[in-house]
Amino acid sequence: MKRKKKSRMREILHRLFKNKLAVAGLVTIALLVLVAILAPVLAPSPYEAQDLESTYQFPNAAHPLGTDNLGRDIMSRLIYGTRQSLRIGVLSVAIASTLGIIFGSVAGFYGGRVDNILMRMLDIYQSIPAMLLSIALAAALGPGINNAILAIGISTMAEYARMIRAQILTVREREYVEAARAINAGDFRIVTKHIIPNALAPLIVSITMNIGNSILAAATLSFIGLGAQPPLPEWGAMLSAGRAYMRDYGYLVVIPGICIMISVLAFNLLGDGLRDALDPKMKN
Amino acid sequence: MNEQKKENLLTIEDLVVEYDTDEAVVQAVNHVNLQLGRGETLGLVGETGAGKTTIARAILRILPDPPARVCGGRILFGGEDLLALSEGKMRRIRGNKIAMIFQDPMTALNPVETVGDQIAEAIGLHEKLSRADVEKRAVDMLEMVGIPGERYEEYPHQFSGGMKQRVVIAMALACHPELLLADEPTTALDVTIQAQVLDMMDNLKKRLDTSMILITHDLGIVAGMCDKVAVVYAGEIVEQGTTEEIFDHPEHPYTVGLFQSLPRLDSREKRLRPINGLMPDPANLPQGCKFYDRCPFAVPECSQRTPEMREHRAGHFVRCIRTGGEK
Repeated sequence: MKRKKKSRMREILHRLFKNKLAVAGLVTIALLVLVAILAPVLAPSPYEAQDLESTYQFPNAAHPLGTDNLGRDIMSRLIYGTRQSLRIGVLSVAIASTLGIIFGSVAGFYGGRVDNILMRMLDIYQSIPAMLLSIALAAALGPGINNAILAIGISTMAEYARMIRAQILTVREREYVEAARAINAGDFRIVTKHIIPNALAPLIVSITMNIGNSILAAATLSFIGLGAQPPLPEWGAMLSAGRAYMRDYGYLVVIPGICIMISVLAFNLLGDGLRDALDPKMKN
Repeated sequence: MNEQKKENLLTIEDLVVEYDTDEAVVQAVNHVNLQLGRGETLGLVGETGAGKTTIARAILRILPDPPARVCGGRILFGGEDLLALSEGKMRRIRGNKIAMIFQDPMTALNPVETVGDQIAEAIGLHEKLSRADVEKRAVDMLEMVGIPGERYEEYPHQFSGGMKQRVVIAMALACHPELLLADEPTTALDVTIQAQVLDMMDNLKKRLDTSMILITHDLGIVAGMCDKVAVVYAGEIVEQGTTEEIFDHPEHPYTVGLFQSLPRLDSREKRLRPINGLMPDPANLPQGCKFYDRCPFAVPECSQRTPEMREHRAGHFVRCIRTGGEK
């Protein structure tokens, strides 16, 4: 079986690599990860080094992307920021989608009273704005990036739960689910093997889209002092710090904004390609 | 076939199944009695909504509960009452000793798993075999239903409808069940493939000595495949007997109507002769005979009381007041 699983994996990868956009996304993500790992080597200067004599410099030879209000080299900060931002984006979405899938599939599969109770709980949960909830959670957990990740993950879980539940409601009525029951598969097996794989497609797209949102949400938390602690650089935090000087020094917000955009785009392309590659019908 | 010699495998006594909906209680199966010997094939015939599938699901205990509720009766399988078994014991029977073939092969297979793995899953759930042995057995099953073993790695969408139904049959037969419930196995297939699949099922059934309940609304299939027939109407069995007896001497007006509605080749008829009217709403069954409204022979007494099953000739039972002493 090992051999077969491997060959199927290879088949999926093969299909993924045939999709040029997905490969572009994958390469971009790989580059970002590389930059994050090699940050100390790549950065021209330490991220916290201030040079108060050269503040607000437009991009020039000494500072390829300019300097900020404290004279810190933006390029170095961006490079170091890749570490935090990628971590926040990927981990918080991973937490949110895992929680969401568990909640949503239990509610969708068992239906009836279980569904009602879980969904009403989610209603209450969603009546609190996600931002407010993550601020409250982050405040309760204390400042710091890991706590911010957890707070964002928990507070955005409801969206995934609803999405997967709706999918499961349609999938669980299919005949192959009944067939699985007739050959005596247990609930856990039916859900994990027969229902979730068939319900995941729209979720993959949404997951990759939300990585960008999470980075921005984390920026909001940093903005009120709950996320990344200064001077630790993080794209979202740089964006919101530059906001005050946007009219005169637009590059302060444009540059981190472009970084966020590129990474969201990359994850999105990869997610799209992954969804197609995982669908056996897209073969050839 | 000599029924007397065959040992009884399945006995259904007085089975009652209801569906609870918000508006009403739907009486899907009403006091059904059935018997099936080892190696026999029983045809369950009736129109859509008569309760045929509900009977099959009740045997496997996979009725969706709620809304379905088994209200009474016994289902004896090899001497054990399936309805009284614990879920743990039932799991050892479900898929192993009793298996089911589903109506629509297009949707009965999981689209994201290879067909081989799906057959292997059925085997792996019941037999303690190594992964390699399970796979080998799955390949054997594929070949038994006439699909080359190399197609193990392919996905359902790469198969035609008839081939998919073969895979579904392979899944059902994977553990050599003693009883096979075939729920309109060929309804979704075209006629030539239908014949192939039925032939194959018949052969496999004989080879593995499996009993079968064949649910269908196609009397032609019943004539070709079944030893016994039970005609279901509005959740009740209205007529029951050997295939030969029922086809030669249909007695219940509903059965007679079914035969008359078939187009015939040996007489020139311009129009089909349908049975007028519709089956009564199972949420609101009439008093007395359920077929009263549509019966050409109805007399006022029919609406007063429900007729019992009476033995019309040896081994031929009919639920009609015209049968027996009251003709």
